[in-house]
Amino acid sequence: MLLAIDMALVIEKLVLIVIVVMASLVIAMYTTFAERKVAAVLQDRRGPNRAGPFGILQPLADGLKLFFKEEIIPNFSSKALFILGPSLAMLTAIMTGAVIPWGDKVHFFNRDISLQIADVNMGILYVFAVVSMGVYGIMIGGWASNNKYSLMGALRAASQIISYELAMGISLIALLMVTGTLSLKEMVVAQQQGLWNIAYQPLGFLIFLICAFAECNRTPFDLAEAENELVGGYHVEYSSMKLGFYLFAEYVNMFISSVVMATLFFGGFDIPFLNEANYDQNWMALFGVLMLMAKVVGFIFLFMWVRWTIPRFRYDQLMNLGWKVLIPLALFNMLLTGALVLLKHNGWHF
Amino acid sequence: MNALTNRAKPVDRRKMNFLERIYLVAIFKGMMITFSHIFKKKPTINYPEKTRPFSPVFRGLHILNRDEEGRENCTACGLCAVACPAEAITMEAAERQPGEEDLYREEKYAARYEINMLRCIFCGLCEEACPKDAIYLSETFAPSDYQRKQFIYKKEDLLIPHPLKQPEEYKKALGNKVKREKAN
Repeated sequence: MLLAIDMALVIEKLVLIVIVVMASLVIAMYTTFAERKVAAVLQDRRGPNRAGPFGILQPLADGLKLFFKEEIIPNFSSKALFILGPSLAMLTAIMTGAVIPWGDKVHFFNRDISLQIADVNMGILYVFAVVSMGVYGIMIGGWASNNKYSLMGALRAASQIISYELAMGISLIALLMVTGTLSLKEMVVAQQQGLWNIAYQPLGFLIFLICAFAECNRTPFDLAEAENELVGGYHVEYSSMKLGFYLFAEYVNMFISSVVMATLFFGGFDIPFLNEANYDQNWMALFGVLMLMAKVVGFIFLFMWVRWTIPRFRYDQLMNLGWKVLIPLALFNMLLTGALVLLKHNGWHF
Repeated sequence: MNALTNRAKPVDRRKMNFLERIYLVAIFKGMMITFSHIFKKKPTINYPEKTRPFSPVFRGLHILNRDEEGRENCTACGLCAVACPAEAITMEAAERQPGEEDLYREEKYAARYEINMLRCIFCGLCEEACPKDAIYLSETFAPSDYQRKQFIYKKEDLLIPHPLKQPEEYKKALGNKVKREKAN
């Protein structure tokens, strides 16, 4: 047998893919609900509480409503691109989950099963590549709508992502200098043994966080869909589930960037103050996944908390912040980290 | 120019220092303000399940009263219609026939009694004008509807349930009328 395919491996990965995709969709669904609830409590309101106990069926009702809405494809739009836009947004949003280490290994059926779909050795670069592809969904949708507001929204999204991706990448370089690896799994393992990366890279984390807000098109960087100036931005012409895909992709993106931030800076599935090796492997893997989810929930809450606190930037302010503040700051951070890493390699002790 | 009130504050036009210029402190302060609102009491009342308490003198929908044997009090004297400043009340009188003594308390009764709830201003003058304690304002308010004609309440909409035949409904409809009378 030249091509000995390990069927068990294929099944294991397929199951894992299905679980990850479903989980990110369900979590994104409930993030929409959480967004409304968080917005409500921050504004002294009650939020949705009619559908089911405490309103937990609200996202189902919302989804159902979107499905039943009339699907309109304007006849002045380019149809293929118009459909491609939201599909691409959704696709790229979900694709990122492939390289994220959701947990440690579990031991079932005499096999060690890694809770990561693919441990790519350049994992974080893959995440970056896919996330920046996400802007194509917005750009194509905005372009295909053939509407001036959509086009302006798409343009803003594109320029915003380009501006902030730079600073994000540079802040990441500093982090990579510290960890010495691109694989997300290895980063988590390193953080399990030592301190979390936030301790080494506080400034880098701050830059990364701000850029993550920009990448997700979240307030205060939601210029692409600025309701009160662009009527909704790139998705003005969209209706029904195509609009739903755009909104949904935003929440999946938020979830994924929370996971990435938790993994890069907050130890991923590491449980603090606990040596995982001393306990049962399967239970520890489960608790690790829960721990990661707890961190993610914290980040998602932060996303919402900021959204309901800070108003939107003006376009020139956005560009100023990106190019004149964040990029120099990220460069400075990179130089500083580089210098310290070099000194440490040459035998200096801190 | 003189300030109109003593609450005016001059605008602080000092140059921002470094901490203020990076805005992070201000953002943090703002976020703490929104965070503190999580723990604030919510003014919303879950309406259909909970209603706000009415004051004892609240004037809502009208109720045509019966006596304790279930006979209608109204004698169609028309005083309420005369007292009504909005002219919302219409009625037609009829004479009680022999054998109807258990339906109407006196020899004359209202065959038709209508209140236009869109005209009514819920002033309660009808209640004050009534010599027979036949009409009073309850604690329910007029529900919404799609058609104007639904707001003309007929006698059967206004009559209180029979105290002997439907004692529970009667009690419910009575509400805290007794309490109110004591308060008056």
